[in-house]
Amino acid sequence: MGIFIAVGVAFLLKLFSLQVLDRHYKQLADNNALRFLTQYPARGKVYDRNGKLLVYNEAVYDLMVIPKQARDIDTTLFCNLLDITKESYIERITKARNFSPVKSSLFLSQISKEDYAHIVEVLYKFPGFYFQTRTLRHYPSAIAAHTLGYIGEISQSELDKDPYYRAGDYVGKSGLEKSYEKELRGVKGLKVVTVDVHNREMGSFMDGELDEEPQPGKDIYLGLDADLQAYGESLMHGKIGSIVAIEPETGQILAFVSSPSYDPNLLVGRERGKNYLTLQEDPMKPLINRAINGTYPPGSTFKTVVGLIALQSGSIVPGTRFHCAGPGSMPIKCTHHHGSSPDFANAIMNSCNPYFYESFKATINNPKFGNIKNGYQYWKDMTYNMGLGHRFDTDIPYELSGNIPTREYYDRMYGGQWNSVTIRSLGIGQGEVLLTPLQLANIAATIANEGYYYPPHLIKCFGDTTAIPEPMRTKVATGVEQRHYKTMKAGLRTVFSGPAGTARRYEMADIPQCGKTGTAQNPHGNHHSLFIAFAPADHPKIALSIIIENGGYGATWAAPIASLMIEKYIRGYTERPELEKRMLEGVITYKNER
Amino acid sequence: MNSTRNSIIGKIDWVTVLIYLALVLIGWFSIYSAKYDELHPNMFDLSQVYGKQVIWIVAALFIGFVVLLIDAKFFNAFALWIYFLVIASLVMVLVYGKATKGATSWIDLGAGIKFQPSEFAKMATALALASHLGRLDSDLRKRNTRLISYAIILVPMALVLLQNDTGSALVFISFLFVLYREGMPGAGIIMLLGVAAVMLFVFTLVWSQKVMYIVLGVMLILTMVFYLIQKKKGIGKMLAVFACLFVFVFSINFAFNKVLQEHQRTRIEVLLGMKEDLKGAGYNVHQSKIAIGSGGFWGKGFLQGTQTRYDFVPEQHTDFIFCTVGEEGGFKGTAIVVLLYVALLVRLIVLAERQRSAFSRIYGYSIAGIIFMHFAINIGMTIGLMPVIGIPLPFLSYGGSSLLAFTIMLAIFVKQDAYRLNIL
Repeated sequence: MGIFIAVGVAFLLKLFSLQVLDRHYKQLADNNALRFLTQYPARGKVYDRNGKLLVYNEAVYDLMVIPKQARDIDTTLFCNLLDITKESYIERITKARNFSPVKSSLFLSQISKEDYAHIVEVLYKFPGFYFQTRTLRHYPSAIAAHTLGYIGEISQSELDKDPYYRAGDYVGKSGLEKSYEKELRGVKGLKVVTVDVHNREMGSFMDGELDEEPQPGKDIYLGLDADLQAYGESLMHGKIGSIVAIEPETGQILAFVSSPSYDPNLLVGRERGKNYLTLQEDPMKPLINRAINGTYPPGSTFKTVVGLIALQSGSIVPGTRFHCAGPGSMPIKCTHHHGSSPDFANAIMNSCNPYFYESFKATINNPKFGNIKNGYQYWKDMTYNMGLGHRFDTDIPYELSGNIPTREYYDRMYGGQWNSVTIRSLGIGQGEVLLTPLQLANIAATIANEGYYYPPHLIKCFGDTTAIPEPMRTKVATGVEQRHYKTMKAGLRTVFSGPAGTARRYEMADIPQCGKTGTAQNPHGNHHSLFIAFAPADHPKIALSIIIENGGYGATWAAPIASLMIEKYIRGYTERPELEKRMLEGVITYKNER
Repeated sequence: MNSTRNSIIGKIDWVTVLIYLALVLIGWFSIYSAKYDELHPNMFDLSQVYGKQVIWIVAALFIGFVVLLIDAKFFNAFALWIYFLVIASLVMVLVYGKATKGATSWIDLGAGIKFQPSEFAKMATALALASHLGRLDSDLRKRNTRLISYAIILVPMALVLLQNDTGSALVFISFLFVLYREGMPGAGIIMLLGVAAVMLFVFTLVWSQKVMYIVLGVMLILTMVFYLIQKKKGIGKMLAVFACLFVFVFSINFAFNKVLQEHQRTRIEVLLGMKEDLKGAGYNVHQSKIAIGSGGFWGKGFLQGTQTRYDFVPEQHTDFIFCTVGEEGGFKGTAIVVLLYVALLVRLIVLAERQRSAFSRIYGYSIAGIIFMHFAINIGMTIGLMPVIGIPLPFLSYGGSSLLAFTIMLAIFVKQDAYRLNIL
């Protein structure tokens, strides 16, 4: 019994000291409501390779509400202030209450600085409502919309995956914003403030002991050259297609153009939803990043791949000649006129169809593979090593893998009965083979490097010392020997320099260029105009692929645009005003209307 | 029937019953205030917890009344059956139970009714222990009697521990008081050792093992010197005791880091002030202390508690109901509640002492012990004198199982007391 009384007395003493003697708790409770303000860190900024600002932040304000504290609201006044209808008010508050009566919800998002100043003055009349600062993305030069991507309100499925996020948070939805979400977002902070009964923030709770400083996101420097990108975008004006330029030495992407494009500033702010719909409904599909989501038959540009594999497998040597009967050739006719039995270099320069069909046939029928199916498997494996038929999976979201058909596919297709004639179109980059412009540019970079590539990626470095992810720094060898690449390079040089080179009109005396034209038949109308190139030939600084949908011959549009891009990047300016003018003003999108 | 009722009303101990009714009512009002929602201001609104509590109160009163009508001998006679039934339901919980806040202690009876056997286990254990020790041939000085007593207490305690319900398991320690009162040799020493062990544990954690080794070493040397100077015998025993102490201190860090679970560790660290974690483990206690501390002497008044109203204290209608009393009732309110409990406990001991049958007496001691443990742990926790251990405050906290179990427990004793004169 003694212990009962003893504990009772102990409790009474402690309670007396706690409740009557100690005023500390009284004070704590006087600032009675705590408000947990999320401190959003500044999202990392994005710069181009030369430090030119591409993306920065601007402050906006979100109006938050804690429904249980929102009592005795003069709704008429409030709705007028916010310029919303009473129905909208009820809908929003109900939604917030359904989420949680005691936790804060987003009430009205992205209020501008001007409106904020106006509303915050009278906000004390509306208990339970308060402002939270956020940042919005801004794009000073309005370029590279597809590359940079956009941020948007987090979806339920994204919320479920990562407990870091709260409803109403903004996350990267596409492009760079998506692939570097974790680095760009930083770490949210927390500020606990006390709020009095009049909804006034009284200051830090417990001298900020519970506060956590937000950690700003990392800045990112891209491999992108803003000037080159802008130039590429203007060259692509009036055309559908893409330009991908890679720095062969590093795999960094110098220009990443998908046309038509859009102003990235459209997908920011309260008009975002409306603008997004407009862009989505545009028949030209500006939201699609054709550089990774367009898959095209590579046409004659693919002869580089076919030739390299044929050389590596020993099925041909540079001196090998195949007979070409011009337009009368069987089973594939030749579209060019040249000597009747070209060697390798000549065949590249003239883009001889029969030569590469024969090379392809010689490869897969090479007796060392035993049978054609093994031969084909070898060929397909080699294309895989060269970066085709699979994604690079670096930092470019939603990349497509293109298509290099499997032998199983042909078995199904032809009931197991197929041979080199059945799949002959592969030899000239037609048929089932599909590549993305990114893969195509990577072929050019690989030839420029004479046998290896770095998986193409957007980032150059982070603003701090963090290293970029390992795979992007890892050299990938294609398995084709350097000497074959040298042969190929020499051939590609003649495309500009040779008397019959398909791009001889775009040769520059002081910048030796290498390239290969492509004219791809496709079911969507006029042929696609393709070109892959790199320059300068000896120490390539830029490798690129150009695709102009329905642009006709590769030499008509793609080759001159590639040449101008090379000149612009290497010189910093161009010396061919007439060519430039013709390319800038050329509008061929009407050809797409059927 | 009528005469039975009249006679029972005349004989029952109204002091106990009135204290009980007062506590239940305070509980209901506190729950109402803690969970008040202006959209549902009706205290009887069945969609709200305070409305549901009305159902539980009515049910408890009804069942309590039924218990009073049952023959007093029934409980002694059927004590073991009730005990085994509860043990069976504890096993069922482990197999079919639902987990709530880390503990698996509920059985879903369907129709939205959940049942928590551990609440009833305490009562059943009290009945079984009383019944066992109340037998004429029982004698705590005999080994057999002791072993069976241990089994009766430890089996349900272990089952409750397996449910991860540490709080309820701790309550079973209260039966040590009973064994002590019933003259078990060594019970007092066990209690003393327990207190000593807890103190050593706390000191070791706060001061670190090294300091404790030094303290113990100095004590050892002083004792040795004392023994040598006084030329006393029994130095061997003394050394053995010190050896045990060293081993105990040595094992504490291991036990603390390996045996206890993460949340238990944090709660103890917070209590001992080793860790300030006002957002996590320390949040509840800190908010609870703010709520109680801000009540002042007179309190803020019914439904006026700002801490209560803005849901600062989690679990405020269940384990932290005392906060509402403290904030809105002030020291006046908390003193009343504490005094009511002390009065109830003292009254129960007085009643127990006047019992003629050993069964009633032991049962009375048992339930006094149980209520005391709940009272001490729960209120101690809300004012930061105990680590956070989730057990309800008897009669006040929201919850059907708890209220029903405590009511039945108390009603059985009131019935035994009313019937005491019928025993020769």
